[in-house]
Amino acid sequence: MRPPEELRSDFPALSQAAHGHPLAYLDNAATTQKPKAVLDAVRTFYEKDYANVHRGLYDLSVRATEAFESSRRRVADFLEASSPEEIVFTRGTTEAINLLAFSAGRSLLRHGDGVLLTEMEHHSNLVPWQMLGASGIRLHFLPVEDEEGTIDWNQIEELAKKHRIRLLAFTHVSNSLGKVNPAAEICARARSLGLLTLVDAAQSAGHQHLSVREMGCDFLAFSGHKMCAPTGIGALYGRRELLDALCPYQTGGEMVTEVRLDRSSWKAPPHRFEAGTPNIGGAIGLRAAIDYLQTVGLDAVEKHASALAAYAAAGLASIPGIRILGPCDHRAGIVSFVLEKVHAHDLVAFLDQEGLALRAGDHCNQPLLRKFGLAATARASFYLYNVREEVDRLIEAVEKTRRYFAG
Amino acid sequence: MELDELYREAILDHARHPRNFGELEGSDRSASATNVGCGDAIRLFLRLSPAGRIEAIRFSGSGCAISTASASLLTLAVQGQSSEEAQALSARIQRLLTGTSAPQDDLPGDLAALAGVRRFPQRVGCAMLSWHALEEALRGPEKSPA
Repeated sequence: MRPPEELRSDFPALSQAAHGHPLAYLDNAATTQKPKAVLDAVRTFYEKDYANVHRGLYDLSVRATEAFESSRRRVADFLEASSPEEIVFTRGTTEAINLLAFSAGRSLLRHGDGVLLTEMEHHSNLVPWQMLGASGIRLHFLPVEDEEGTIDWNQIEELAKKHRIRLLAFTHVSNSLGKVNPAAEICARARSLGLLTLVDAAQSAGHQHLSVREMGCDFLAFSGHKMCAPTGIGALYGRRELLDALCPYQTGGEMVTEVRLDRSSWKAPPHRFEAGTPNIGGAIGLRAAIDYLQTVGLDAVEKHASALAAYAAAGLASIPGIRILGPCDHRAGIVSFVLEKVHAHDLVAFLDQEGLALRAGDHCNQPLLRKFGLAATARASFYLYNVREEVDRLIEAVEKTRRYFAG
Repeated sequence: MELDELYREAILDHARHPRNFGELEGSDRSASATNVGCGDAIRLFLRLSPAGRIEAIRFSGSGCAISTASASLLTLAVQGQSSEEAQALSARIQRLLTGTSAPQDDLPGDLAALAGVRRFPQRVGCAMLSWHALEEALRGPEKSPA
């Protein structure tokens, strides 16, 4: 990997100051900054190749369509899917999971079936499934056993048999704990029990090498904006025969073959699931982001962020009264922590004054934090452009804040 | 430091040592308010005298220094007030925090210390949390909590 100090210069937003300090952007689990290559690709597309897709017979529309569909092919390569038809563009992970829950609830799942989730799911991989309660589909949960994020995946078998589980949906990397779940192993186990699987890859896509082939999942959802792409673009991967079996989610233009006043018929996937004009510019940006990340090297990105998180966790651990969540070993680039007697909001307000941008709150993980007796944590999350010097500043600033509130 | 304006001494004192903290035995009104953005939750308990004055008031819950201090200051400020007086004070605090009125030094107790929040719009919700609960509690007898 090019050194992170050098990669930083690819990201215009990172060169700004914050409260008189160089900005240390440590909120990458929420969203990532954009490299110039992505910004330029989007701008060039709008300046030279933009028109609506799949409609016009004129050259400009043909070019726009080709650019859009080539982005789909790029995403399919990126995920090692069998074909571009397995990639449905969505606004992001949230819309991808809503699409799957809505459509699976009407076409793959039946009244009395169960969906198995874990207690560490982001609200976006929980609430859409709750909506299926009205259809008689029940939710069951693999418990998180400790603050390291341990889950006993052996329980899948017993729960699956007891509750007629049809689908297991789980996060690849926990957005608040930084726990990495063994996706391939889990999917293999689920498959042997006849369960469908959805992997929430919001925190892993663009942060490590991903392959739906190696993982053996049936569905996978991710967001572009957490991997250098613009907001409003992401994708749902689904195995071809499963997407074929799913009813549409949103309906309208672009997703139909024949429309009569009283009925319509649907296109084949993926277009069946892409009603209306899609986020064409976003897809172009996503393609550029994938190009950028693959040039940098995803294995190196993973190693770098993980090493920074381990360094941060070790340094923060020396501060009196600190409690660090997440695994002791093999942590993704995420460190959540709480400081005794200092609320996470007060803490990040102080860190902000030092130019450090961190998130505080429940991280859309209310059930998990409640289980730990917490309402909010501060979270530092790292990406390819973060450097050790930023972690040193973080540790020093947390210690300074502790002293301030200790009075 | 810019933040000293927000975390004034009185705020830090009340955050570290909140007054009237804990549930109130024999309360006849209570209401809670939550800040969905950060998970802060505050519950106010109060007892009204036959004449309708706030005879006793306490609060429970968890929150940041700003929301805790504001709640603590609130309990001191509205003690003995009528419902109308307390509501008027709440409206004044709201105007103070949102900058539609000048910082006033005639606010009771250390309430003026809340003026520092004006420069941090992202924290106004923290400071207003307990005041919203107060208004809710004064509007009527407690509805059974959901």
